[in-house]
Amino acid sequence: MRDGGLMAEFLVVPVLLAYGEAAVAYAGELRGPGLAGRLATWGVRLGWLAQTALLAGQAASAEGFPWGTWAGSLNLFVWLVVGAYLIWGCTPRYRLLGLAVMPIAAALLALAWAGGGTALDESERSGAVLAIHVALMLAAFAGLTLAAGMAALYIWQERRLKRHERAVLRVRVPPLDALDRLAARSVLGSIVLLTLGIGVGAARFQRGDFDAAMAVTFVILAYYTVFLVLRHEGWRGRRGALLSLAGFALVAIVLPLTHFAS
Amino acid sequence: MKLTLAGVSHHRAPIELRERVALDLEACRTLAERLAQQLDGEAVVLSTCNRTELYLVREEHADDEAVAALAQLAGERADDLAAALYRLRDEAAALHLFRVAAGLDSLVPGEGEILGQVRAAFEAGAAGPFLDRLFRQALHTGKRVRMETAIGESPASVPSAAAALAQQVFGDLTGHRVLLLGAGKISESAARNLRSRGAEIAVVANRTLAHGEDLARKLGAQALALDGVATELERADVVVSATSASEVVLSRESVAAALRARKGRPLLLLDLAVPRDLDPAINDLDGCFLYDVDDLEAVVTETLSGRRGEAARAEQLVAGEADRFREWQASLDIVPTIASLRALAEEIRDRELLKAGGRLSERERKHIESVTSQIVAKLLHLPTIRLKEAAAAADGVVYADVVKHLFGLEEEERRR
Repeated sequence: MRDGGLMAEFLVVPVLLAYGEAAVAYAGELRGPGLAGRLATWGVRLGWLAQTALLAGQAASAEGFPWGTWAGSLNLFVWLVVGAYLIWGCTPRYRLLGLAVMPIAAALLALAWAGGGTALDESERSGAVLAIHVALMLAAFAGLTLAAGMAALYIWQERRLKRHERAVLRVRVPPLDALDRLAARSVLGSIVLLTLGIGVGAARFQRGDFDAAMAVTFVILAYYTVFLVLRHEGWRGRRGALLSLAGFALVAIVLPLTHFAS
Repeated sequence: MKLTLAGVSHHRAPIELRERVALDLEACRTLAERLAQQLDGEAVVLSTCNRTELYLVREEHADDEAVAALAQLAGERADDLAAALYRLRDEAAALHLFRVAAGLDSLVPGEGEILGQVRAAFEAGAAGPFLDRLFRQALHTGKRVRMETAIGESPASVPSAAAALAQQVFGDLTGHRVLLLGAGKISESAARNLRSRGAEIAVVANRTLAHGEDLARKLGAQALALDGVATELERADVVVSATSASEVVLSRESVAAALRARKGRPLLLLDLAVPRDLDPAINDLDGCFLYDVDDLEAVVTETLSGRRGEAARAEQLVAGEADRFREWQASLDIVPTIASLRALAEEIRDRELLKAGGRLSERERKHIESVTSQIVAKLLHLPTIRLKEAAAAADGVVYADVVKHLFGLEEEERRR
């Protein structure tokens, strides 16, 4: 491993610490808005910057695309998810979205680390087409993860409103309607990215390459397309959020399982 | 420059006295201009329904003038003024204004209206450099408190809690339609709260159409009879109900029928009537959120206790800003000494350069000018910083006197 790779490997610990701190601090924000929320946001920002440096270090050490392995992809995926979250997460109103996103991000990064995805794996170098394909697919899945985070937050907040919780206005949560709309927009963007990713992947497709993971990817694309159609027909709010979470189960559970089985 | 504050507020002055000294913005402007002229200084007059305060600045404190101006406003109730009057100076006055701007001195801690009133008073006042700095920092403090604490977010009344709940569901209320059931005072208050946050009061439905039309005219809405609201239910985002009916006005079935056409859009229903107007079972419908008076009062009680917790954080923030202002004010006393010291150094430099000027080429002269200028700046940098730091502490004046004595600045000034 070259110096860049060594340095990249060394950066994983601070990233994990920062994301872990953010996840804990977001839980603290639930008890009362203020310092905990700000600490959490700084944890996300610093962790994301450190992860950016980690990825840059990996890229600098590699002669090709260093995230071709499942663990490497997971590393890049976490970076995309946290990056997408940062767009809204910095504002106080959307801070609590981090409660749904950051624990998942920290856990997935730890998994990527354990799987060697934060180191330089010289055997997995590959060309630009694969790099674009993987980047598009991961960006799409990151968007779907974000949509699932919003859906989870929607269900939690809707439950609090329905139960007339006395403290419903004390914790800053994004408005229900905004969560619903943003989740749908994230899904729409993800579908576009997923379609492009599949299109780019088709360029290097060879007869016999078709496997269960590809089949599940098509199922995911079809599922979320139907989701958007149903939403247009009035399946919004709680029903839409549940649909989004069910779709995410396909992404988070079925897709990795089929990927490893293939 | 010395800052003097004199005023009366809801803490000690009854409304009978407060209304005697209350001024509209134009009167505040006139009084501030008159006082500034009279004092040959600066003046700002802040007058709201809870307080009237005069902020005066001149070379010496202006307590007598401030009290006299307030006594003149109080007229025949001037005798009552003494018991309710407070007078503050310099740091204490600045801290008070910062607390006022932050809403910490308000009847309901954290209320947001006061910040706009402080801004209006500042803009109407006769502010010079001192009050300009003071009021700008007060406005900054007020904004920081609202941004960095949750003190202003929690509603303090049932109508404002209703509006805050609507924002919790829809976010920005601009363009969201409100259906009012009932045309009484409670409906109107809730409607005004919602409208102030951007909502559109679309329909006022009332049993007596004529009463409904009166309120609808005031709110720019359409008036309907109570039995004609079914269509509007399909379009509204918020329903506020406060009729005096003794039976249910909206049943679960009628709302459920409207939901089919709403395509999953959420509906917030606020039942402010006792006995209740809306069937409690509506809350079980998907996408419907029904709150009655008890629910809203529970929210208000909870958020008010939250405000008290946030107020402690806001006080810390305000104290920090007041410290900053005190440092700035103290630095004003040291600025003339620093300016004299720098002027003396420059004068010596110029004199010596002039002496050597005839023997130097243009290039050499420029070079030496640059070098000596840097030497003077570097020599004076640390003493300037230390003097400013000392100014913020209690012994700042002693430092200034020592510098004047060591460098003979007073003689230099007399000589000039």
